[in-house]
Amino acid sequence: MATVEQDLATAGSNGSGPKKYKVIGTRPIRHDGVDKVTGRAQYGADIRLTGMLAGVVLRSPHAHAKILSIDVSKALALPGVRAVVTNADLSDPGDRMCELGEGAVNLRHLNHNIFAKDKALYRGHAIAAVAADNIHIAEQATKLIDVKYELLAPVVDVVAAMQPGAPLLHADVYTDDLGEKSAQPSNVARHFRFEQGDIAKGFAQAACIIEREFHTATVHQGYIEPQNATAFWSADGQITVWTSTQGSFSVRQQVAELVGAPISRVKVIPTEIGGGFGGKIRVYLEPVAAALSKKTGRPVQVLMSRADVFEGTGPTPGSFIKVKLGVDAHGMIVAGEASLAYEAGAYPGSPVGPGAMCIFSCYNVPNGRVDGYDVCVNKPQTSAYRAPGATNAAFAMETVVDEVCQQLDLDPLEFRRRNAAKEGVRRVDGPVYPKVGLVETIEACQRSEHWNTPLEGPNRGRGVASGFWFNCGLRSSCSATVNPDGTVALVEGSTDIGGSRTGIAMQLAETLGIAATDVVPTVGDTDSVGYTDVTGGSRVTFATGWAAYLAALDIQQQLCARAADEWDVPAEAVTYAEGGVNGPEGRRFSFAEIAAKVNAHGDPVVGRGSADPQHCGGAFATHIVDVEVDPELGKVKVLRYTAAQDVGTAIHPAYVEGQIQGGVVQGIGWGLNEEYFYDVKGVMRNSTFLDYRIPTCLDLPMIDALIVEVPNPGHPYGVRGVGEVPIVPPPAALANAIAQAIGIRMTQLPMSPPRIVHEILKKNV
Amino acid sequence: MAKKQVVSATINGNATEFLCEPRQTLLEALRDNLDLTGTKEGCSNGNCGACTVLLDGHPVVSCLVLAMEAEGAEVTTIEGIAPSEGLDPIQQAFLENAALQCGICTPGFIVATKALLDTNPSPTENEVRFALANNLCRCTGYDKIVRAVLDAAERRKASV
Repeated sequence: MATVEQDLATAGSNGSGPKKYKVIGTRPIRHDGVDKVTGRAQYGADIRLTGMLAGVVLRSPHAHAKILSIDVSKALALPGVRAVVTNADLSDPGDRMCELGEGAVNLRHLNHNIFAKDKALYRGHAIAAVAADNIHIAEQATKLIDVKYELLAPVVDVVAAMQPGAPLLHADVYTDDLGEKSAQPSNVARHFRFEQGDIAKGFAQAACIIEREFHTATVHQGYIEPQNATAFWSADGQITVWTSTQGSFSVRQQVAELVGAPISRVKVIPTEIGGGFGGKIRVYLEPVAAALSKKTGRPVQVLMSRADVFEGTGPTPGSFIKVKLGVDAHGMIVAGEASLAYEAGAYPGSPVGPGAMCIFSCYNVPNGRVDGYDVCVNKPQTSAYRAPGATNAAFAMETVVDEVCQQLDLDPLEFRRRNAAKEGVRRVDGPVYPKVGLVETIEACQRSEHWNTPLEGPNRGRGVASGFWFNCGLRSSCSATVNPDGTVALVEGSTDIGGSRTGIAMQLAETLGIAATDVVPTVGDTDSVGYTDVTGGSRVTFATGWAAYLAALDIQQQLCARAADEWDVPAEAVTYAEGGVNGPEGRRFSFAEIAAKVNAHGDPVVGRGSADPQHCGGAFATHIVDVEVDPELGKVKVLRYTAAQDVGTAIHPAYVEGQIQGGVVQGIGWGLNEEYFYDVKGVMRNSTFLDYRIPTCLDLPMIDALIVEVPNPGHPYGVRGVGEVPIVPPPAALANAIAQAIGIRMTQLPMSPPRIVHEILKKNV
Repeated sequence: MAKKQVVSATINGNATEFLCEPRQTLLEALRDNLDLTGTKEGCSNGNCGACTVLLDGHPVVSCLVLAMEAEGAEVTTIEGIAPSEGLDPIQQAFLENAALQCGICTPGFIVATKALLDTNPSPTENEVRFALANNLCRCTGYDKIVRAVLDAAERRKASV
């Protein structure tokens, strides 16, 4: 059994003053670590079941087409083929909304996304699926399915899709235009507006007004593990699903709706998950595997190829954004106006809502107006991607802020500090900020060695940008059983993408005054742990950590009662402190001592925690980047990167740094490289990791994470969310650095070599 | 469908015979015929490095090797990196440097790191980045991976 001291011995410093906690702020080795460095950890595609069949999905080769007929007879006749399913094998859940934790979905649209019904709406749209004795036979069989299409003109650009006369995706989608239904069906599903103050009056006070337009490309979450699902539909109607998902309860709900079973008949066993970033919340394959299993009576595993992932799963939207910003002679923002149009993909529901809420979120904008448009295009239905919607918006706004600073000759960090959102400031969409740490992240940058080291050399530039993400609370559950050897078995409901089970276990350990290694955390399935919302919204360490804290308090109370019994004193005479129970006249049992007694007599000690905390602290980040631009090749080299972020309290600083570093690098990829290329037929032409190029380690320097801790008063340990906001500032910070390096303002993402060369040539003409 | 063939190879130090179809990749044979699921599939076209194994000591992406090409070869997978008790210093360094988040790319990185350090025991940061550029990680931003590899090099030297 390890001790708290041993945990502390392996701990690094998190750089934040005297230690308030014994476990929190240390860096123990994660509980699932050994399995993951030895290849033993079981991911979705590693499930092996007796009699298991392989499933393969047939996908539309066309971006937009009517489906006239689907003939599966030749596929069924192929030896080794066991079943074929189409949309006809799903249950129609009707036209209803279903909340998935990081955005709601319309269940009819979800049903049509699992298998196209009357129309294929994007290249890669699933049409049918085959289960066969092995994957090669299943693949061969999909080629024998005869689908007759009537081709329709596609539209894959958000601006083109908004024009009158654009190819129409849905006959039954009308614009909800500021609450009024449009007369005609439209690709624009929604137009909404946020407003405060009087923008005409605000702009009248401005000494400097900058107005710019921006385009950003469609990008993908790019998790390394493709989607997968294994299902067994038992003869008694029980459906078991093994899958790598961000939310097992969300999968349970979606599968139940899509196959027409009560949720109690669906058990979801979450496997280890190979990345998600928001892309593994919506289901794709789980209902397909279940439907194939129902038809065959055998377990069926369905896996996606990398091309399936790019062409068939939610990317994050391309967008068109306009920003107008007014600043007075004193360098204070007086007015802001923005319009954001985001691609929803095949069905309504882009993250333009959060994008519009985020665009002015780092500033006090007394007079503001933001318009948002949710636009259907012939691309896969977009999904959440790390701070969904915020990165596009920050690219536009932070670039305009930088240009204002340039025109007024203001220091970009000082401008941000003076105009920063802080406690009491009202965001344009309404909410008033509680205590937040944006100013502290700006000041951390101002104090940083990076900012105070001059950057020299030709074609080099330094850029800064800030970013915001809401974070969220939502519901979490756990149970914790005291073992007689002085440890605790913790079962929690949040699937663990990046070490969260350790961050949760550490909060339980801190509360009980035991070592992190003396808590053994397990991610439970939907039958063995209470309801828990998705791993998303930067919520897990905050909300599931809170549930673990409550379970620990429950254990404390039960152990106090047990000790009172042992000592024959009133229960209220016993308190839990310093890692043990303490009674009158100096009586004390350490946790290990009282734990050793719990199974000898009396009730087993099981702590329960369930939480729906409301006061998640918003997350702010400010980044600094140095770049060098190759003026011949247009290639941008990142020389140095520093990311300051208010994390509330860093539970496990190494994994907090890891979230920041990983988010930054995704943002760098988004800023410099990544985009979906479409041909005139609406076909994606780069659906491989060779051509959709995410950053490699050779593209990057070390990423310096500056952890700023402004504790969230709304959490027992001051936790805010960490995971999402670090992706928000990088594209803007890079654009601002490029502007300083070569004097060109990039207004289109990605800022890839061809685009930079194009701008350089244009400037030199 | 062509007939299945017998392949004889030394896998993780054990003389092994297995049946495979000529069209099966080494990745598929390892995972589906031999139940060595520690080797991961991320792309199946050699771009991501998650399926990296050692073939006669050289790192290869096993999705671009046919299983039959392993005839007579020595294959080392992630399951063969650790000694029978405990962990390899590379694995220990990845753990202590928090060099993994979701962990799906980790087996490929650890195998590629072994190949690097077996040929270059004292790599510079840039040599590490060059050697591991075929392995994609989407979670960590590579910072802690690169540190772990540099740390592993020190650990290996200390343990000699």
